[in-house]
Amino acid sequence: MVTKPLTKNIDMSRPPLGINAYEANDGYQSVKAIAAGLSPENVLQLVKDSGLKGRGGAGFPTGLKWSFVPQGDNASIQKYFVVNADEMEPGTFKDRLLMEGDPHLLLEGMIVGSYTIQASVAYIFLRGEYKASETSLKQAIAEAYDRGYLGKNILDTGFDLDIILHTSAGRYICGEETALLNALEGKRATPRAKPPFPQVSGLWGKPTIVNNVETVCNLPGILTYGVDWYHGLTKGNDHGTKLFGISGRVKTPGCWELPLGITIREVIERYGGGMRDGYELRAFLPGGGSTDFMLPEHLDLPFDYDEVAKVGSRLATGTMILLDDKTCPVGMIGNLMKFFAHESCGFCTPCRDGLPWVDEIFNEFESGNANEKDLQILHDHVDYLGPGRTFCALAPGATAPLGSGLKIFTEDFDRHIKEKRCPYKH
Amino acid sequence: MSKNLIATTAIKARQLTEEEIKEIEHEMELYPDRQAVGLEALKIVQKHQGWVSDESLLAISKYLDLPVADLESVATFFNLVYRQPVGKNVILFCNSVSCWIMGCDDMRTHINEKLGVDFGETTEDGTFTFLPVPCLGDCDRAPVMMISDDLHRNLTPEKINQIISDYQTKA
Ligand SMILES: Cc1cc2nc3c(=O)[nH]c(=O)nc-3n(C[C@H](O)[C@H](O)[C@H](O)COP(=O)(O)O)c2cc1C
Ligand code: SF4
Ligand code: FES
Repeated sequence: MVTKPLTKNIDMSRPPLGINAYEANDGYQSVKAIAAGLSPENVLQLVKDSGLKGRGGAGFPTGLKWSFVPQGDNASIQKYFVVNADEMEPGTFKDRLLMEGDPHLLLEGMIVGSYTIQASVAYIFLRGEYKASETSLKQAIAEAYDRGYLGKNILDTGFDLDIILHTSAGRYICGEETALLNALEGKRATPRAKPPFPQVSGLWGKPTIVNNVETVCNLPGILTYGVDWYHGLTKGNDHGTKLFGISGRVKTPGCWELPLGITIREVIERYGGGMRDGYELRAFLPGGGSTDFMLPEHLDLPFDYDEVAKVGSRLATGTMILLDDKTCPVGMIGNLMKFFAHESCGFCTPCRDGLPWVDEIFNEFESGNANEKDLQILHDHVDYLGPGRTFCALAPGATAPLGSGLKIFTEDFDRHIKEKRCPYKH
Repeated sequence: MSKNLIATTAIKARQLTEEEIKEIEHEMELYPDRQAVGLEALKIVQKHQGWVSDESLLAISKYLDLPVADLESVATFFNLVYRQPVGKNVILFCNSVSCWIMGCDDMRTHINEKLGVDFGETTEDGTFTFLPVPCLGDCDRAPVMMISDDLHRNLTPEKINQIISDYQTKA
């Protein structure tokens, strides 16, 4: 039985599988299942039944998202399917593995997604720095056209699909799905107001689905091996496998495909090899830079969407960033704030003006010049920049490590003020 | 918009090369309107010229019949579109959180001392431009930087010395 549907073909010590080897390992079976008679409605139901949730950060159920695309005679004929491959969340390194390691899997998933919503054009929005992904995807796209999986009348289904690889030119905000659509249209990548949601009015005003790379890579397995198999992959309440990663001072940092619901401890100790000698785990961000800190006391929780949410954080990208006891937590949060301040698109005031202010205060902490009033300003900004106060989720994302960090590391903030220096610097 | 562009209309669009035009025409087939092609054209021109000069910007604006101001507002938004000349090799240095935990600040200082440039600067001989970049998606091998198309991982001062001298001999 296949237990690692996302990475079964991946071996980074060699180039990715070409189309023959990919097909030989059950590749493009989902497209053949469609050709054998699965209707778009059938596929939509399978994806709904699978319980697949988006792997891009928000964890929104994929089938439900797709069901918002208007269908029928009154709906727009032109629809778009867009893959979000802009991976730029600090500490996140999972989509790159999938695209460099097994590009055909992503293309197969895109055919499934596009067929379901009846999109005849699909874009891959790839961050510009991912040169190796660009090379592997280009090659795979050419092979897929050659073999008739892309282009006109795919496998005699009457369904047409073109996949276009778009390489972007930087800026974290492009990963926000409506900003991404503006970038694809050649505009400044500021987010759009919602509603209307992209599912109804997206790219060039047409119904559009935006899904994360890893989400899309889940689709072929669901059609090929079935919903029961998919449910059997997991250890908890959420379904499927997930790419989990660890960066920071563990013995063997890396990224692995594991069942959702595995305990966090197992990921860190068994796969990450535990902390390096001389370092202890102080806290960790469970899923990239926009998540709330979690603590060693949470290590025995199952790693899935609901369980992580119960303790006030988010699974998000599933790539953990570990803070050890020799690294300054104030410095770490300061680094994140600098990132968010720099990447603010500048469209709305709290974020454009608030984040640089926060960043400036962290500089004061670093240099030993911060006072109690500065600390209060940081606390205030957790509120000013929180959900509902800004145009998009970038600023609220920044408040996740900031707000939780201010609570957990009170003593460290205080010591910076009292000792007028960073206590971690010698 | 850059000062020059506003202050004088003396700046003339340069001629786009045949190669550039061919590639821009190819992009026209992939996108339904010219605005989308505008950003692609900026990238194409940069690929051939190394950066996007005012003259290039005007040329694209003319060729695609797009307002200069629109094109400029896009060109200045994306950090990988260079509106100033850059060195032969651009060092994209990750200074995001995992690399920070693994000591990228010391590596930045090392490069700074070795090359005499900090973020945003180009070496006098034009070999390197040094720029910060968000997380390069290689956090398990932090600290990380990218030079031209190549990633360099698990950086140490010794490794950096080696990498830099490799590029210098290539040049
Ligand atoms: C500032 C910001 C940056 C984002 N960056 C990414 C990204 O790089 N990749 C991604 O898949 N989703 C990113 N997202 C989430 C997307 O907006 C969107 O929720 C996601 O692509 C939906 O795909 P999914 O349903 O498959 O998860 C970002 C969101 C925000 C607010
Ligand atoms: S919250 Fe920040 S990134 Fe989002 S729209 Fe406002 S300024 Fe732009
Ligand atoms: S934080 Fe540097 S590569 Fe991810």
